[in-house]
Amino acid sequence: MKRTLIIVAVVLAVLTGSFWAVKGAHVGWTQNKQQVKTIDPITEIEQIEWQEKFLPGLDFLAIGLGLASALLVGSFFCRNQTKQQNPQNS
Amino acid sequence: MKQILVTLVVAGGLACSAVAHQQTFDFKDPKGVNNAVFKLDAPLEAISGSANGVSGTVTFDSHAPAATKGKIVIASKSLTVGNTMMQEHMHSEGWLDVAKHPEISFDVKQLKDVKTEGNVTSATAVGTFSLKGVQKELSVPVKLTYLPGKLADRSGGQMKGDLLVVRSTFTIKRADFNIKPGQNEDKVANEIELTLSIAGASPQK
Repeated sequence: MKRTLIIVAVVLAVLTGSFWAVKGAHVGWTQNKQQVKTIDPITEIEQIEWQEKFLPGLDFLAIGLGLASALLVGSFFCRNQTKQQNPQNS
Repeated sequence: MKQILVTLVVAGGLACSAVAHQQTFDFKDPKGVNNAVFKLDAPLEAISGSANGVSGTVTFDSHAPAATKGKIVIASKSLTVGNTMMQEHMHSEGWLDVAKHPEISFDVKQLKDVKTEGNVTSATAVGTFSLKGVQKELSVPVKLTYLPGKLADRSGGQMKGDLLVVRSTFTIKRADFNIKPGQNEDKVANEIELTLSIAGASPQK
């Protein structure tokens, strides 16, 4: 049980950190819309459109790493599984 | 008597020619290109967003740009940021209260320090900026680019006429407009940088 919790915590931390980094390591709040800019050829004004796109921010990273830390701390309260001794050997 | 009549006719003619050069540009853009960008740089986070609900009219005379007057209106509801929850907060009663104050406007009364080179006029626009029901006199730098005959290119040949592109970047303080003065300044900066990039059309009649 303890080992499982540690593995889940490490995997969660690595996945959260990797996902955040791969998606651009955004240091603001998580965004669910992003600006797409194009230039109007006649007026040369930058047209801004908003598209639905998930961009994880520091809050996403904090929640993921916080959950992983909680699992890791929880694992300290679990007992190690002791190997059953074979009575024939004793 | 004859001299008075001649003077009146000449004066009338000059007045008519001045009016003839004056054009009204409509800034309601069916293509949705016109926009206002806002940026707030607080210690904890920078917020940026845009608004495309632009409307209003400007009267511009390419022969006398200093006489430019008009009003630009932005629909408060069109203010958009990248986070839906943050946008709901921004529109709410505590912040912009868009239900009660649906418009943000700048009413230009006069242009000062006008410099024109070719089709481009740089000046300081003096007028009344209205936000959340608070009106404040502001002087902001503007750049006007007059594009004669370019409406046809933009409308795919459907309309003939001229375009006027207005650009301006200036800073306001949210505390001046009663938007949570002195509160949450670590997360939402007091200073808001506004950048206006809009084009108005004056179709030929």
